[in-house]
Amino acid sequence: MTKSSKKRARKKSLALFAMAIPGLLYLLINNYIPMFGIFIAFKQIDYSKGIFGSDWCGFDNFKFLFQTKDAWIMVRNTVLYNLTFILLGTIFAVFIAILMSEITKYFCSKLFQAGLILPNLVSMVIVAYLVYAFLNPETGLVNNAILGALGKDPVNWYTTPGYWPVILVLVQMWKTAGYSSIVYIASISGIDKGLYEAARLDGAGKLQQVFKITLPQLKPTIIMMVLMSLGRLFSSDFGLFYQVPMNSGALFDVTQTIDTYVYRGLMTYGNIGMSSAAGLFQSVIGFVLVMVANAIVRKREAENALF
Amino acid sequence: MGKLETRGEKSFRIFALVLLSILTLLAILPFILIIVSSFTDEATLVSNGYSYFPAKWSLDSYRYMVQQAKVIFRSYGVSILVTTVGTAMSLLLTTSLAYPMSRSDFKYRNVLVFLVFFTMLFSGGIVPSYIMWTRVFHINDTIWALIIPNYLMNAFNVLLVRNYFKNNIPDAIIESAQIDGAGEGRILFRIMLPLAVPVSVTVGLFSGLAYWNDWINALYYIESPKLYGIQNLLIRMMNNIQFLSSGQNASLLGNSIIALPSNGIRMALAVIGILPILIIFPFLQKYLIKGVVIGAVKG
Repeated sequence: MTKSSKKRARKKSLALFAMAIPGLLYLLINNYIPMFGIFIAFKQIDYSKGIFGSDWCGFDNFKFLFQTKDAWIMVRNTVLYNLTFILLGTIFAVFIAILMSEITKYFCSKLFQAGLILPNLVSMVIVAYLVYAFLNPETGLVNNAILGALGKDPVNWYTTPGYWPVILVLVQMWKTAGYSSIVYIASISGIDKGLYEAARLDGAGKLQQVFKITLPQLKPTIIMMVLMSLGRLFSSDFGLFYQVPMNSGALFDVTQTIDTYVYRGLMTYGNIGMSSAAGLFQSVIGFVLVMVANAIVRKREAENALF
Repeated sequence: MGKLETRGEKSFRIFALVLLSILTLLAILPFILIIVSSFTDEATLVSNGYSYFPAKWSLDSYRYMVQQAKVIFRSYGVSILVTTVGTAMSLLLTTSLAYPMSRSDFKYRNVLVFLVFFTMLFSGGIVPSYIMWTRVFHINDTIWALIIPNYLMNAFNVLLVRNYFKNNIPDAIIESAQIDGAGEGRILFRIMLPLAVPVSVTVGLFSGLAYWNDWINALYYIESPKLYGIQNLLIRMMNNIQFLSSGQNASLLGNSIIALPSNGIRMALAVIGILPILIIFPFLQKYLIKGVVIGAVKG
């Protein structure tokens, strides 16, 4: 390499690096500085002393947090809801995808897909309104049209915790099943058509084709998607658990997740110590889970691993 | 079809068609309920509740919204401003970071990929972010609080664009542009971006949806109702329907409680909040699906 071409290469590198700077700066501020901010969880924050001047308190925040009943409730809720979502969500998504693969008319499949994806495109605030239209005690459709017609007493949905595990799972399925099926639809369309032809020649019926060809062929995709969602086992959709139950205190037992706890600790109760401890607990477990999930994927099928 | 379809296959196809029709109906029925409710007479709503088959239709909810246009237009304007400015800035940041990462002759590309990717694996959580934005940058109660935290750029989109650049745009194009003496900025804006329209639409759609649907940034950082977008206006309305009228004729509040078609207005405002998505989505459906599929295969 001549001197001038080396110089030109360095100049080019510099120009490329300059282009990356705004984005890197944003990552630094939005993502990396907060990562270093996790030390807050080990401090007794006192604003009069400042963040850095506040006293260290070791693992006290964590100790206090895990002595409360809240800690058990939020971890239990987060994990159990997620496991239910993963199990039912996968079943629904694959089921929808198999049905969709039968639709050959372009217009029909477009229409179905648009309708099924729509719930995923609106905010949880809108979802809360939709749920409210069904469940609000005075004018809700369920109390008026359904329970009324059956001659049953109206239910105060927003103060009765027992129903909410079912309601939240229904809402989550309604919102995400169509969207999650997209990946499986793409995956099915990639299956070798010759496999089905051969099976038909052997006289295999449609159900047999689904169970003997489609599902086994989908298995790698299913496993990968499930592992990836297991990586988020300790995260929850804040809107689903905060907005949809209308932040109703009577429901906290079944709607409190780590994310709602962190929000309420910080914004409602001003308990920075407990809130940041819960947040860090979630981040660390999340990190470990993603690493483990990825290691498993890589072992099975290196090309599908995240890294 | 060239092949003969057996009876079993035909009935399976019909079964799929029927079941999908039912599922699609179930997916959109809640939306229809709020649309119908927004056109229902308030007295009917009070006595019969929300219903798919109201006894009496009415335009009162929308009429009332026009009367209260000031509050609603304002928050609609905030949402539109935040969504357009946010999406534009986001596209600019995302592509200009993704481009160097995609260049195989750029020495530090893997360092960049790692820095971007790591943000998907670990996060500091909301508490440090909240303290930083409010105590260091003081963006609370400004429009920037709606645009900057969380949504301006995310790793998923950057990697999506980077992979698109890498896989779909041949090095030869870049090389020939360099021979012609084009600088890197010129190559990105004049050559790469025009070729990357599909992925830009996908990323823009993801980002636009995120901004339009966001209410969490405002929940943390906004106190003043003046900066409420449509989502936060909806939240406020759910808790306190009088909010719409309180600013202008607080003294008349006592009288207007009776006249206020509160059950209908709630639903009419929700309809207005979904409207842009309903209008735009059919045109962008395929970009969304493409993005989801590519993202899942290599996120």
